[in-house]
Amino acid sequence: MAEMGAEHEGAAQTVAIRLWNSRRLLAAGIGAVLAVYWFAGMSGYVVLLACAVLLAAAMLQTDVARQSAEGGAAIEASGLQRLSGEYLAAAVADPLIIFDRTAMIVHANAAAFAAFGGIAPGLSLSLKFRAPEMQALLDSILSGNVASDVVDYTEKLPVERAYRVSASSVGHGTDLYVLVFKDQSEARRIDRMRADFIANASHELRTPLASISGFIETLRGPARNDPAAREQFLQIMQNQTGRMARLIDDLLSLSRLEMKPYLKPGNEVDLRQTVDSVIDSLGPLARENGVAIERDFAEGPLDVPGDRDELFQVFENLLENACKYGQSGGRVVVSIAPGDAGPEPGIDVTIRDFGPGIAEEHIPRITERFYRVDVENSRTQKGTGLGLSIVKHILTRHNARLSIKSEVGKGAAFSVHLPRH
Amino acid sequence: MQSVHIVSAYDEELQYLSKRIAAMGGHAERMVEQAIAALVNADPGLAQKVIRDDLVLDEGQREIDDKAIVIIAKRQPMATDLREIVGAIRISADLERVGDLGKNVAKRVVAVIEGRQPTSLFRGLEALADLALTQLKEVLDVYASRSVENIGFVRDRDDQIDAMYTSLFRELLTYMMEDPRNITPCTHLLFCAKNIERIGDHATNIAETIYYIVTGDQMPADRPKGDKTDKIVLPAAQPVK
Repeated sequence: MAEMGAEHEGAAQTVAIRLWNSRRLLAAGIGAVLAVYWFAGMSGYVVLLACAVLLAAAMLQTDVARQSAEGGAAIEASGLQRLSGEYLAAAVADPLIIFDRTAMIVHANAAAFAAFGGIAPGLSLSLKFRAPEMQALLDSILSGNVASDVVDYTEKLPVERAYRVSASSVGHGTDLYVLVFKDQSEARRIDRMRADFIANASHELRTPLASISGFIETLRGPARNDPAAREQFLQIMQNQTGRMARLIDDLLSLSRLEMKPYLKPGNEVDLRQTVDSVIDSLGPLARENGVAIERDFAEGPLDVPGDRDELFQVFENLLENACKYGQSGGRVVVSIAPGDAGPEPGIDVTIRDFGPGIAEEHIPRITERFYRVDVENSRTQKGTGLGLSIVKHILTRHNARLSIKSEVGKGAAFSVHLPRH
Repeated sequence: MQSVHIVSAYDEELQYLSKRIAAMGGHAERMVEQAIAALVNADPGLAQKVIRDDLVLDEGQREIDDKAIVIIAKRQPMATDLREIVGAIRISADLERVGDLGKNVAKRVVAVIEGRQPTSLFRGLEALADLALTQLKEVLDVYASRSVENIGFVRDRDDQIDAMYTSLFRELLTYMMEDPRNITPCTHLLFCAKNIERIGDHATNIAETIYYIVTGDQMPADRPKGDKTDKIVLPAAQPVK
């Protein structure tokens, strides 16, 4: 009712405006009628009738003006109609898919390609999005019972992503429908991260803490007056706090990576330069461990799309591991070569050590968080159990592959395959 | 996808078959995902839901079988169409088995969570399930896109799954040797791991069927066997740390 009232008010207002706009004409007209009345002596009724006709004419005249304004709007709308749906879809930042009555993809924008891959026009949507809730969404929208619908859709693999998907029909009688995916992964991940972080971290942090509190007890009790023991214990305690600090750093960097599983496109990384600077930065550690680092770089451009800082961290972690755990081999070979044999052409970076190697049963699992081949050795080498986990996360974001080859007693080779596109 | 038939109802029937297969695939993926989640998060409610959901897959398989038989009888299909239909029957059978295996994992949830296990046990199982589910997802994506050129990846994944399974098997054995109280949950977990490994095998089967549907040839038969658990023996006297 309130709306209706507002409408009346609006209509009254427009009439008032129209009359005001044509006030001069009206005044002139009424003046003319009155003049004729005075001079010709017509009856009062005729005068009133003439005035009414004038008022009506004023309204009609402005109606014509409004019609011409509508004509202008129509021209603008046809400009919108000329705009291709393709451009409109490309301008939408979220993944957007247009499909027809048979759930066949008609068009998908660039964001949809980036998010789901392998979306070609002609592909059936119900074959691509098989999750029960997506099937139900497609069925309900295609049945024509509802004009639009929304569901929450989660993809677990290869990286966990959550979307709010809305489907709606486009216009009237076009037989086209549109799916828009709104990414909600970040919010989900932040929620999950808190729980995960506490579960993982508390266990790992408890071990050094227990050792520190044990030493504090000893220092206050039996070792109170023993300067030599005190010095030794304080040293151990310092090592333990150092370990906790490293662990927290690694956990934070892992969490940061998990928060943004996609890479911003557009950056190119020169692998030769990146790997070179990693080798330079780890020079002191290699010398300390008595390991010589050898380079074997292929000729030609070695550029891949990616984030330089993250790839730096990948090679740093791999080379650091090679220097620490392959120490007995005395040398580490870093090679970069074009790897065009696989399904995706790219560049292989291989870091090979000649240490004790990794037993076959550990290989599939060493990228798990806190998985350690040899707990004691890892602790003495100041490992946190997260290095390879970080490597794997970064490589997943780069659409890259990590392959590990090793034979016990002959060393291990960690090979990173980075696709060129 | 297919060339157009003169009778458009025939096309619709074939499309309906592949749509049902995709829906079954989605259900099977979801069931396995939820069964593992129920196991890891100790959630018997979710496990019950998975067990109930298996009915949908059984239903789906029966429906696809019926429809396929009717199409064969009615349309006398040839070449690609015939392969498509027979393939649908085979894939639906594989998917139904995947659902059964997921259901079996869900059934074991109650027994496993009785004595709370260290999370590291589940982490291995989760990683194994991730591999198997990735394989299933990729295979079903190939079914949608029909791009069988690089279906070789399935074999690589199968290798990884087998290696992972062998490693898990060894790990569970050591837990059992450490403490006899671990034997009950670990035995159930062994079966869960075996079930997941079987899911990977079914995914490989589906890949082979898809290859056959699209090309008309059988996939080269050099399927590797990486499952080495038949040879694992742990020395009884010396418990592993």
